[in-house]
Amino acid sequence: MTGVAVHLEGLRRTFGATHALDNLDLRIEPGELIALLGPSGCGKTTALRILAGLDDADAGRVLVGGKDVTGLPASKRGMGMVFQAYSLFPHLDAQRNVEFGLRLRGRKDAATRSAEMLELVGLAGFAKRFPHQLSGGQQQRVALARALAIEPQVLLLDEPLSALDAKVRVQLRDEIRRIQTEVGTTTLFVTHDQEEALAVADRVGVMKSGKLEQLAAPAEIYQKPATAFVADFVGLSNRLAGTVHGDVVEVLGTRLPLVTPHTGGSAVTALVRPEAVGVTPDATSEAKVLTASFLGPTSRVTVTAGDQLVVAQVPSGQLPSLTPGTAVRLELQPVPVALQD
Amino acid sequence: MAGLAAKRARKQRAFRWTVLIVLGTFFLLPLAAMVEFSTRNSETWPLLVDWPQLSATYPDLANGIVSSLGQAALTSLLMLVLLVPTAIWVRLRLPKLRPLVEFLCLLPLTIPAIVLVVGLAPVYAWVNYLIGGSSLTLVFAYTILVLPYAYRAIDAGLSAIDVKTLAEAARSLGSGWMTVIWRVVLPNIRSAVLSAAFLTVALVLGEFTIASLLHRTNLQVAIDYLGKSSATMSVAVSLAALLLAFVLLIVLSLFGDRRTTAKEKS
Repeated sequence: MTGVAVHLEGLRRTFGATHALDNLDLRIEPGELIALLGPSGCGKTTALRILAGLDDADAGRVLVGGKDVTGLPASKRGMGMVFQAYSLFPHLDAQRNVEFGLRLRGRKDAATRSAEMLELVGLAGFAKRFPHQLSGGQQQRVALARALAIEPQVLLLDEPLSALDAKVRVQLRDEIRRIQTEVGTTTLFVTHDQEEALAVADRVGVMKSGKLEQLAAPAEIYQKPATAFVADFVGLSNRLAGTVHGDVVEVLGTRLPLVTPHTGGSAVTALVRPEAVGVTPDATSEAKVLTASFLGPTSRVTVTAGDQLVVAQVPSGQLPSLTPGTAVRLELQPVPVALQD
Repeated sequence: MAGLAAKRARKQRAFRWTVLIVLGTFFLLPLAAMVEFSTRNSETWPLLVDWPQLSATYPDLANGIVSSLGQAALTSLLMLVLLVPTAIWVRLRLPKLRPLVEFLCLLPLTIPAIVLVVGLAPVYAWVNYLIGGSSLTLVFAYTILVLPYAYRAIDAGLSAIDVKTLAEAARSLGSGWMTVIWRVVLPNIRSAVLSAAFLTVALVLGEFTIASLLHRTNLQVAIDYLGKSSATMSVAVSLAALLLAFVLLIVLSLFGDRRTTAKEKS
């Protein structure tokens, strides 16, 4: 199966005075998995629902495979969808749930296809179980099998992991990626969990107030955030006072490149990642360790430097030498930083 | 501590039994009196289960029974056809209208039957004129009368499932609205629909005021007439109707219990 291109063109949607979507443009390449990431109310689910045909845009077009489907009802769009809430039909067992869409299409191979799909999601032995006999993770797998069974043009995942516990989330997240790569369906994945988005997507679209702030590969989103909002929303950031000198900003005595050129005044607040901060014991330094927390392979150290608090992520092996009260020297890695608006 | 708890448990048990016995006596005594009275003539009950004989001996009663059964069946059907799609549609597409629809459906509960009849009389003058005076025309009035009970039952069924998500899942899989209602929502509110239907049947079988005041025949009107000529038979029929309603309600609760237990067991 090969995917089709999806193009959301100038989508607008308002709910009362709120602009859920404000001229949103998004192009998904064939077979690509794009994750829309953003805080609650940023419009990511609205975008997905409009693509699914479950909601209408006030303006704009939805193109799937070059065809305008804006006016088509959800039932005619041929899109598979997995919902945040458990959506299996309670009166049907897993197999009949997967067969549902196939039988509507009059497919004679419904039983075989549904068995294949259940196998694909690792639930071959659960065909006769009813939804209330399945765990949350299993229900979402069946929902995924049901969505994929109809060989959808586009797969839509509306926060499908948010109701699951942490371990199952990670397992299912990886499985979704494996299956999506295997079947090659163009996929839109909506989530508010940055780790989830960065882990599964080919590209991540960070949304704010109905607009795309940045659409880029996960590594780029993390390392070169286009705006302060993206830097702040994706990953942890220190807010440190700095001074702009041309195309660099000086923070804690180190000159760091800027992600985007700065045009305002020279006194700014730079957003610096904890892993870009190095901490070394140095008896001559005025900076002191305030707290040190063990987090497994890495540890988090909070340092007071003048009137600023700096959070650093260091290898756990360093932790014994960084007890609270230790005088330390801070070293910033010269990675590009964003400035707070 | 254990002694205190046992003493309290004994007290509570004694209280429960007292309440049960007092209320049981209150409800069962009239029924026992009815059984006693209706069995004084040994021919009464055998005649009641011999339909040809019954309809030959008491044609009005037979007519009333047939009318009531017809009314119960048609009212259930009309109620379901009107109420089920409306309740589903309101939940899916017009959630803001839900309080209004609920208010309208509960309204008949607050209006005494006699007041309803005053309003219905001129309407039924037109019904008489347009489609005749058959007792089955009472179905329209009864559908309004059962709305509060039926709406509550169906609404409770819809509250128990996530109608919106199920409907959206079905639509994304290619279902039109009729398929959504018929193949996804209805099977999941089956017990609620049955509750609504049983309550309707029970209510219609016991209805007297509207039928009598609108000069139509039904079981209760026939029993009332019969009471003037054969008191024993009239009491026997009343008791039988009451038992039928009990059986319906027991079947209803058993059905509900079975579904719940099946779910819990699994």
